[in-house]
Amino acid sequence: MAETKVIVGLGSCGIAAGANKVYNKLKALKEADNLDFELTKTSCIGMCFREPLVEVVDENGSMIYGDVDEAKAIEIIQQHVLGHNPIKEYVVKTDLFPTPDQSYFDGQVKIALRNCGYIDPENIHEYEARGGYQALGKIAHEGISPEQIIQTVIDSGLRGRGGGGFPTGMKWRFARANQSDEKYIICNADEGDPGAFMDRSLLEGDPHAVLEGMIIGAYAIGATEGVIYCRAEYPLAIKRLNIALAQAREHGYLGKNIMGIQGFNFDIYIKEGAGAFVCGEETALMASIEGKRGMPSKRPPFPAEKGLWQKPSNINNVETYANVPYIIANGAESYNKYGTEKSKGTKVFALTGKIKHGGLVEVPMGTPLRDIIYKLGGGIQNDKKFKAVQLGGPSGGCIPEHLIDIQVDYEQVTATGAIMGSGGMVVMDETTCMVDVARFFLDFTQKESCGKCTFCRIGTKRMLEILTRITEGEGQEGDIEKLEELALQVKESSLCGLGQTAPNPVLTTIKYFRHEYEAHIRDKKCPAHSCKKLLTYEIDSNKCTGCTVCAVKCPVKAIDGERKKVHHINQDICIKCGDCYNSCRFDAITKS
Amino acid sequence: MRVQRILTKPGSSIPADEVDLTLIEPLIKKYKGKKGNLIPLLQGVQSIYGYIPRAAFELIAHETSLTLSDMYGVATFYAQFRLSPVGKHIIKVCHGTACHVQGADAISTALKDALKVNDGETTPDKLFTLETVACLGCCSLAPVMMIDEETYGKLTGSSAVKIVKDIKIKETQAKGE
Repeated sequence: MAETKVIVGLGSCGIAAGANKVYNKLKALKEADNLDFELTKTSCIGMCFREPLVEVVDENGSMIYGDVDEAKAIEIIQQHVLGHNPIKEYVVKTDLFPTPDQSYFDGQVKIALRNCGYIDPENIHEYEARGGYQALGKIAHEGISPEQIIQTVIDSGLRGRGGGGFPTGMKWRFARANQSDEKYIICNADEGDPGAFMDRSLLEGDPHAVLEGMIIGAYAIGATEGVIYCRAEYPLAIKRLNIALAQAREHGYLGKNIMGIQGFNFDIYIKEGAGAFVCGEETALMASIEGKRGMPSKRPPFPAEKGLWQKPSNINNVETYANVPYIIANGAESYNKYGTEKSKGTKVFALTGKIKHGGLVEVPMGTPLRDIIYKLGGGIQNDKKFKAVQLGGPSGGCIPEHLIDIQVDYEQVTATGAIMGSGGMVVMDETTCMVDVARFFLDFTQKESCGKCTFCRIGTKRMLEILTRITEGEGQEGDIEKLEELALQVKESSLCGLGQTAPNPVLTTIKYFRHEYEAHIRDKKCPAHSCKKLLTYEIDSNKCTGCTVCAVKCPVKAIDGERKKVHHINQDICIKCGDCYNSCRFDAITKS
Repeated sequence: MRVQRILTKPGSSIPADEVDLTLIEPLIKKYKGKKGNLIPLLQGVQSIYGYIPRAAFELIAHETSLTLSDMYGVATFYAQFRLSPVGKHIIKVCHGTACHVQGADAISTALKDALKVNDGETTPDKLFTLETVACLGCCSLAPVMMIDEETYGKLTGSSAVKIVKDIKIKETQAKGE
């Protein structure tokens, strides 16, 4: 039996960064010389900025190597695995000595992500070895009643992690109260927010935790069938869920008389989404499962009363379910000891944008925003100036620099005009134009509006037209006021969350960055040098050495000039991508 | 609004199909009469042909109790469904928030210029279809694009064009051999 384990992180981001090549290289090395180590895989540990990651576990402990390519993989095998001489400068995480990236983990508390990056998600035994399915076992052996489960979840303070923030236990209590021969429990894995990948990582990294949460929920509310509605854009998550479902059935966690509980018959199937953001809304999601256009319907009746196929149903988000087994196994106090008065426990965030350490973090509710960005995230890329952080995707808003000391919980985030949302946190620096950000989100919601409500359908379109005009330097006096007026009407006259929150990105950017709007409208200038129509790249003839690098880099061949002579940008062809600006070594290209 | 996707593309009429309809017969048999079968059926059809041919709609309507109008309504509502054939390679440029702030627009513009097609269109040689997607979930590698099953991260306009050109060169060589 091999004593050394080599584990490759094969989540979607890892694979995109080249982890499959590394895995295949390691496999080839092992097989070629019949080397004595065990090669396995795991999923995302959250350090996306260091992917691909390879962990080596031997008698001394664990070390995770970052930025591994095929060449580094060979070094790791030769020096560490065979030579017992770890290459310390490549190590990004270990308990054995401090690493420069340690600050990324200080302050994190992993409950929902407790197994992500630690287990092979395709192996149920590894989940069981880390306490998996013990919560379900506890319910069966100690005879814990559905009412007690619901009470524990209420006591834990767990609130819906999909963004709504409704107390999970209360939702379960309503679903339980409605009597029916059929009841459904649904997992919302239609993670549509651009810039968010918490649910994908959880499903890829620890699918059994989500299944166990759903099974416990099913027992609590009396559900007969479960559905996971997953985005089709997440093929790896769907594949691993299917493997997990088959294993759970084989081990008796799904099926008839589960864990020996008489009459507890329950199974889960996966429904692939077909690409519609609005299906994240619960009534639209259920319409989509029924095979209809995903259009929201009026509530009441709430799903707890009349949901899927007109039967009582309960919908929770992926992260919500992943927390449940931990809470049941360890008690409500183990969860509610973290957090603030009204927001208990932890929350997973996808930290992206202009941040040094982008990735997946889980922190206690109430962690200062500054700590998340500067301590965990390591600050802003290229040491530029922080401008704002966008929370909550297209339904959320931008929190500006002067509010960076807020504590991140439902109440304080909502007070800024943003929302907690599902946990996407996109960091923006001085080069990001806030009007363009607002236009970007409006463009998204406008396309994704299902068209049912007039104000959402046409109001967002009119708002988008105004924003586009402003970013193109054609803004007029009164545009800001018109945007504010329309925003209010769209918010108040829409049926579902999509329309009610669509104006948030516009309202928060106007609230905190009104001067940027005014600069576009009055001075026809984009202070961030980002809006293309208001931007020209030019070559400074005093600085250009004629090195031809920019001309080679230009994807549209807009730059001409002979070697060692001053180059010239043809403004009619230029697409303003900035490749020349970024590649010039002599600062000869100017943006204005 | 979601129905615009089709209306805003004048000229992309549904082509006359020459497809082998026997390929979808097992699929129809599997889903016939099951509740909530519409979307999985259409997804199955698309995975076979790469798009949903008109003849497939008609066959399903004939064989099951689903109506043409319901199917067309669903197929035009969801972003996943295509009603015209696609190229051999599908380029999906991510326009999620993280990719947007890192310059996804430049990637799309450079690719449109290099391939001489607009968003959603296929090159005349039927090699590439250029698409925009909302988020591929690889935000830390932004800007990102996906060609078929492979994801490419940390792109610039020129590196994206080079990747596509390399595929084209490979295809031309394969043809020549």
